This record gives sequence, C-alpha cells and structure tokens, in this order.
Amino acid sequence: MSAFITQPWPWYIAGPLIGLMVPALLLLGNKSLGISSSLRHICAACFPSKIPFFRYNWRKEVWNLFFVLGILTGGAIAALFLTGSEPVQVAPALVADLAKYGIHDYSNLVPLDIINWHALFTIRGFLLMVAGGFLVGFGTRYAGGCTSGHAIMGLSNLQWPSLVATICFMTGGFVVANLILPWVLSL
Amino acid sequence: MIRGDNDPVLKNQDEFIATTAAEKTGKGYSNIKFLIAGIIFGIVLTKAQVISWFRIQEMFRFQSFHMYGVIGSAVGVGMLSVFLIKKFNIKTISGEKIEIPSKKFNKGQIFGGLIFGAGWALTGACPGPLYAQIGTGATVVIITLLSAIAGTWVYGRISQKLPH
Repeated sequence: MSAFITQPWPWYIAGPLIGLMVPALLLLGNKSLGISSSLRHICAACFPSKIPFFRYNWRKEVWNLFFVLGILTGGAIAALFLTGSEPVQVAPALVADLAKYGIHDYSNLVPLDIINWHALFTIRGFLLMVAGGFLVGFGTRYAGGCTSGHAIMGLSNLQWPSLVATICFMTGGFVVANLILPWVLSL
Repeated sequence: MIRGDNDPVLKNQDEFIATTAAEKTGKGYSNIKFLIAGIIFGIVLTKAQVISWFRIQEMFRFQSFHMYGVIGSAVGVGMLSVFLIKKFNIKTISGEKIEIPSKKFNKGQIFGGLIFGAGWALTGACPGPLYAQIGTGATVVIITLLSAIAGTWVYGRISQKLPH
C-alpha cells in the first residue's frame, strides 16, 4: 500500500478522484468547481482600483480562497510525505527533445533547469514564468474559467460554451508547445 | 458606477456572484470543509503529476496518454455525478437544492481560451497546479502566480474594450 502511495498515481485512479471533486463541492455547499476565480477574488480583495469587474462582495466567495489554500497545502503534503525519490518518468521522446535545450533534471515535477529563481532573470525564464503566468491569468478570466471550471465542471454539466473553451485551450496549447516553445527554450 | 445585470461582460462570467442562502450562512468555520477538500484535491493533483510541466508538454506533443486519461476520466465521473444529482434531486449536506449556473457563450471563450492555452503550454500549469507547485516547494512559481493575478487584473481593467 505504501508503495502505491509513493508512486505516481495512474490516470485511471487520479482522473476519477479529480472528477469526484465536482459532486463533493456541490454536496458540501452548492459550489461549482473552479479555480481561476480565486485570482479574481484576490484582485477584488487587494487591488479593486474602482474597476467595475472587481467591485463585488468577494467575501461571499471566500470559500474559493480556502479551497486554493488547501490545494497549496495538499501539494506540500504530497511532496513531503507521499513522494518517493525516483525521478519523474516521462516519454522517451520528450526526454530526447528536451535534452537539446539542456533540460536533464527530472528530480522535480517542475523542470529545475529552466524554472528557478536564477532563471527568472533571463529572457527564457521571463517568458516561461512571467509572460506565461500573465497569459494564464488574462486568458482564464477572458474565457470565464480554466481547466477545472470549463473542462471539468462545465463539461460535466454539458455546457457547450465550455466545450468551445476546452477546444480553444487545447488548440492554444498545441500551437505554442510545438511552434513557439522550441524557440523560447533555445533562447 | 457598478455594472448591473445588463452588462454583457459581467453577465457572461460563469462565477458572477449569485446570493444564495448558503452564501449568506456560509461564514467562518464552515469554510474549513473547503480547505480540507482543497487539501485532498492538491494531493491528488500532485500524485497524478498533472502539476508537472513535463506531463503538460507530453500532452501537447501527443507523446503520452496520461493527461488525456486523467482529464477524460475526470469529466466522465463528473458528468455521471451531475446526472445522478439532477436525476435523484440530491440535496446538499445542509438540505439545500443543488444549483449549477449555466454558462453563456461569448467570444471570450474562444479568444481567452486560446490565450490561456498558450500560457498553459509555457508555464506547464493551469491555475490549480500553480498553487500545488508552490506547495511542493517550487517557490519561484509564486512569481508565476503573481503574474497570473496581474493578468486577471489587466483583463478586468480592459474587459469592456475587448470583444465578447
């Protein structure tokens, strides 16, 4: 059992558990799964700046901030107590692709070769972390949700706008990962 | 001026704030259950490796089935759950009728979706995984999260000028 806990969980275990978050939140308090809203609530709480989009009672949505604080804590618990020391296993084709850009460190879920504090001050790191983060925040809010709100919650509730959003998430990711990222990594 | 129900931008936001009985009573310690739900979710996201930059790259390069399996089976279980909740009219633990807001289509789902997809491929993380990655000790991801908050703020600032 403990061997199973410390191994990465296969998709057919992890996926259904993620799906069960949908009924769990509905039953616990009539909440629809969604995470990117937390970014909006943080803006509304900290920097509303008289912008109409941030003028609402974010305190009523504070459950969402508790939820994301939980996610952060869950990540820490998993890393500290539930993870073995084996490197992350990925497709050999990806290892070969990434080796061309000097990425060899698979000790962490995040590639420490390119995502670290020192790299933040390089053009490559800036594009990956700062520009990438900006696009995540801007895009999710413009789309009205992210992978959890649209791809999981929205599709679970048979919302066709969420299907449109999910197709666009995948399209944008496909184009950037294959056409733009190789250029960014070679900087 | 506070925009009302006639504003297309606010109206189309899926999380546009609705006042329900639960929200009026949902104060203080009752939020602890969402903290616990989040902890479980964070553990699952991490153990599933969906918070891994490498796994996201594999997905977009069609080099592994893992992410497709995770998302597909999550949607399958979510869909079945919502179907059962509606069919048997299941109530919340406090006895309230479960209500799931509908999503209205607007062009933001296309433009915003493409922009988010681009950010997802660069950072290797969607919003949930950003929090989990910080938890696992990748502290530099705090910068990515702050940048995502900045992106959300800029969207709010210029949303009225964007096509929806």
